[in-house]
Amino acid sequence: MIDVKDLHKYFGKNEVLKGVNEHIHKGEKVVIIGASGSGKSTFLRCLNLLEQPTSGTITFEGTDITDQKQNINKLRQKMGMVFQQFNLFPHLSVKENIKLAPVKLGIMTEQEAEKKALELLERVGLPDKANAYPKQLSGGQQQRIAIARALAMNPDVMLFDEPTSALDPEMVGEVLELMKELAEEGMTMVVVTHEMGFARSVATRVLFMDKGVIAEQNEPEEFFTNPQHPRLKEFLSKVL
Amino acid sequence: MNEWFAKVVSDFQGAFIEGDRWKLYFQGLGKTLQIAAGAVILGIIIGIFIAIIKVSVNQRSNSGKCPLALKILEKICDIYLTVIRGTPVMVQLLIIYAGIFVTMTDGTIAAIVGFGINSGAYVAEIIRAGIQSIDKGQTEAGRSLGLTSGQTMRLIVLPQAIRNILPALFNEFITLLKETSVAGYVAVQDILKMATNIQNKVYNIAPLMITAVFYLVLVIIMTQIQKQIERRLAQSDRR
Repeated sequence: MIDVKDLHKYFGKNEVLKGVNEHIHKGEKVVIIGASGSGKSTFLRCLNLLEQPTSGTITFEGTDITDQKQNINKLRQKMGMVFQQFNLFPHLSVKENIKLAPVKLGIMTEQEAEKKALELLERVGLPDKANAYPKQLSGGQQQRIAIARALAMNPDVMLFDEPTSALDPEMVGEVLELMKELAEEGMTMVVVTHEMGFARSVATRVLFMDKGVIAEQNEPEEFFTNPQHPRLKEFLSKVL
Repeated sequence: MNEWFAKVVSDFQGAFIEGDRWKLYFQGLGKTLQIAAGAVILGIIIGIFIAIIKVSVNQRSNSGKCPLALKILEKICDIYLTVIRGTPVMVQLLIIYAGIFVTMTDGTIAAIVGFGINSGAYVAEIIRAGIQSIDKGQTEAGRSLGLTSGQTMRLIVLPQAIRNILPALFNEFITLLKETSVAGYVAVQDILKMATNIQNKVYNIAPLMITAVFYLVLVIIMTQIQKQIERRLAQSDRR
């Protein structure tokens, strides 16, 4: 589904990604872990070109998205993204947040989007918040709305960029629970997180990024019980 | 005390009522408003144009692709902003009048163009700062949903930026209105010019005091409008 070849990314003179190769299959739940500055968020943000890679190719469903001729807006419609800081639109109600993109991009009529929004709110457990504004909601509620907003576009893959890092501890659970449900329904997911429990129970594969490359990867059981790379051993000993 | 008061009244009568002089103030006021309104419109057009260039260059340089023509255009805008904000409006006005519009006996057009070009620089910075005050995450969220950069700007960034832009923009217009009082130097019969003409006949400060009151009333009206707008914006903020 997503194929990454020799991905490099420089910020000025600083090389953040030093040749990443990876293939993500349909239905996989890939969790990416690593210390801050290891390039994991940059890698995720390259997948939908929120960061423009310096070199290398990313192929999504058979289309090279790094090709300048490709319409990136069309491709992004199929890649949902959830941010650390939620990034809900504060000037719009919850319902309007969810409806905005499908309606303005002509994918749904106003009525279809309305119906979809209410369905999604039901699904994320916040049906009574349709007319609330983001500021009136807790962090956990905002993040669940942000997930609903991304799902409204019927994406083929969901990218999560540290979705629980900005949350108060007691709100982390509700967001992870929702992500877990999403995973069980078969959504392809790429998740950058520090939640090792989530990685262990939900991931089909865990990647460890270090100094701009994928240093080690494995299925979760093996990954956590039998790490090989010295940096991974050190990292796990600190976080587990 | 009574003597003083009697003098004030007689000065005022001489400066305002005698010989229907009040008509001259209102004529001048009309001119002042004409120049200010023209300059505001020109300033907004220039300001929006420059803000669009600067913001789009800023966005594109983040993603690493920016056409050379746009970069050159931005450099020109930068020079314009530096020169206009770095020199007094009075000097700019005299240069424009003497250099371009000197053949005209009435300097109204020169004043509108001069103040418009001057105000454009400040309006551009107000709009640019307003847009860039909106968190980058808002743009990223919009783009990640597949919206184009234009849609993201129009539907997500601008509706939020307008709250920061409008109050500052009104401040700029109030400043501009007061600055037009130097238009008399380029042969414009604005309210201050009218007042000094009358002063040369009556030899007291009454015409200037009257002019000050005119400006004060105008600014108070504009400030009230500004407060109304801010109150509206704050209301929608509280949701």
